[in-house]
Amino acid sequence: MAKESSEKTIRVGGNEITLVTAGSGRPLLVLHDELGYTGLLEWQRALAKEYTLLIPLAPGFGRSPRIDWIDGVRDLGSVYARILREERLNDIDVIGFSFGGWLAADMIASNPSQFRRSVLVAPGGIRAPGGEIMDVFQVPAQKYIDASVVDPARTPEFAKLYGEPTPERYEALEDARAEFARLAWQPYFYNPSLPHLLEGIPDQKVLLLWGTQDRVVPRSAIEAYHKSLAGSKLVVFENCGHRPEIEKTEQFVNEVKQFLAA
Amino acid sequence: MHMMWFTERAYHYDPEVEPEKYRELENQILKLRSFYGTPNRFFDPEHGAKVLNQYLDEKVYTDQELLNFDGVMLNEHHGTPFCLGSVMDVEAAVLAAKTRRVRIVLLGNPVATVANPLRLSEELAMIDLISNGRLVSGWVRGAGSEQFANNTNPALNRELFEEGVEFIVKAWTTPGPFRYEGKRFHFRQVNPWVLPLQKPHPPFWIPGLISPDTADWCARNRYPYVALATKLEPTMELWDIYGKAAARAGYQAGPENFGYLQPVMVNDNQERAEELGKRILFGGSFAHFARPEWMFPPGYNSKEATRRLARLDAGGNVAGRPAHGTGGDETEEQIEAVKREVYATYPRMLEDMQMIAGTPSNVIPKLKKILDVLRPGIFSFWLDGPVSHKDRLRCLTLLNNEVIPALREYGHKLELVSPFQVAPGSRPLARESAYEPVGNAEALSA
Repeated sequence: MAKESSEKTIRVGGNEITLVTAGSGRPLLVLHDELGYTGLLEWQRALAKEYTLLIPLAPGFGRSPRIDWIDGVRDLGSVYARILREERLNDIDVIGFSFGGWLAADMIASNPSQFRRSVLVAPGGIRAPGGEIMDVFQVPAQKYIDASVVDPARTPEFAKLYGEPTPERYEALEDARAEFARLAWQPYFYNPSLPHLLEGIPDQKVLLLWGTQDRVVPRSAIEAYHKSLAGSKLVVFENCGHRPEIEKTEQFVNEVKQFLAA
Repeated sequence: MHMMWFTERAYHYDPEVEPEKYRELENQILKLRSFYGTPNRFFDPEHGAKVLNQYLDEKVYTDQELLNFDGVMLNEHHGTPFCLGSVMDVEAAVLAAKTRRVRIVLLGNPVATVANPLRLSEELAMIDLISNGRLVSGWVRGAGSEQFANNTNPALNRELFEEGVEFIVKAWTTPGPFRYEGKRFHFRQVNPWVLPLQKPHPPFWIPGLISPDTADWCARNRYPYVALATKLEPTMELWDIYGKAAARAGYQAGPENFGYLQPVMVNDNQERAEELGKRILFGGSFAHFARPEWMFPPGYNSKEATRRLARLDAGGNVAGRPAHGTGGDETEEQIEAVKREVYATYPRMLEDMQMIAGTPSNVIPKLKKILDVLRPGIFSFWLDGPVSHKDRLRCLTLLNNEVIPALREYGHKLELVSPFQVAPGSRPLARESAYEPVGNAEALSA
């Protein structure tokens, strides 16, 4: 059996970024969440049948070395945009999760023609007008992971998230949290300008996915995204938390495939 | 030797006067497993005013009546009944005006969380002027919880700390006005009108809990390092890290480079002293300073420290490692059981000299042993726990009248010079290999 995924190192502007790739077909950029790359899960395997998943491991989030001058989401998005430019990955699709969703949205705001189609899964990045985004920094990483699904016991792949519970996993999660603090400590997990930057961008093909029991990103934040991104499609999963990709895998994969195929 | 004393200025009640309030606060802390984050509905401003003034009065009394003390030491914590000194410079300013003699030793100012080093340089310069040059400044990164209390980005703490201290020195020593453009701090016009009296600036002493990074930084900068009641063996190891870094920088470290903080409780009666000393364990003491998630915020620790932490056994009386689990829904009975566990550690504390409690004649030999082992030029007594103002004053009086004279004589014999007698970093060393340890390993095993 061929290896499910492979890794390579991309050089950009004197820096090295680890890129995980899986599957074959049209390239699909996958932007991981605030705790780093989760590891290869069922939803990725399902999409890998039709797409080449390109999963960059963000600098400082454990594997790719930190880039000293990166001081915010815009800086990181610019590094990714440069990679896409230099790798000639024009007209690519993107799917971003939580922090990765914010990053994708920021890249759209910077360059509206950056992506062909974009899927934002429970994205942070916009202040929730009616609530607060859960503070990852005030709880141990595992508590945050626990809170990210409705019921860990009934989420088949929950135990596989971010790998085995070893000292190495603790270190990787702490690396991710430290880098995320550099990017999003204050204002916490949003950019006050983002709704305004997104407003008025024409012809964006954006799918917003959100679970009704999401304890990390409140409904009002996803509605603010929906309002700013005219023409975006909002799909809400019932009885689902912050991770529809593992809590409602089948529905999730169907929605994403359908949207990207259009 | 420089002899001083310190207290956290905890907010608490005397169990002999207000047992119910004492119990209520302690149970709340045990329930949260944390002093930090105790809801401030437990704060009574009238009681706060009373105890805060008592703490100030004790220091003024030290200045006027307890002439064997050379200094008083302050620190700063936020959002916690552990310490009422949330803006230490305010207390220091009061003491600068109300005292005439003692050194005012600030260990230390949390540069990163204050977030405006220019303002800090001005506050400290004013304290130095008002006290007529009696300020000793110190710098800290601040406990993990301070990053939350002040909303300081913990991942930037080390950068803010190092740049902040460097900037303050520059603001005090470089003629203004000048523009400052650093990485984290920017000032259009640096020209503080009020400058410190001491030149080139007040002495810096740095407190720490055995961080090799800090010891190395202190040695390179010739700042004395004050170990905060850490166990003798690891403290000796740290002295060695400092000493070797000093040798690399071309000097032989001496007692003037080291300080030590020791919890004590002295009383006329041995039994009473031990009973009062036990109260330092109130609320679980340092093990419950703050919950682990507040103690170790993201990016606050270096990668190396995180690596060590990832492999650390979860037990033990380490700061931020609660003495019990992380439940939160315990019954009163369960909390009482936790309390018994907390206080059951007391005999071990006495044995390890993490608390030295007794009559003057009983504590003197133990304190001499510490001087023998660590050979510090700076020594601070640490009085804490819910003990009445009267008992605290008695302790201070006995320290002054009986303990300090004995220790001073002994320190003289051991040539324990303070940074005011021998400038730290002033003993040239011809070769790095000629370095001699300051601590006395033989005395440790004796």
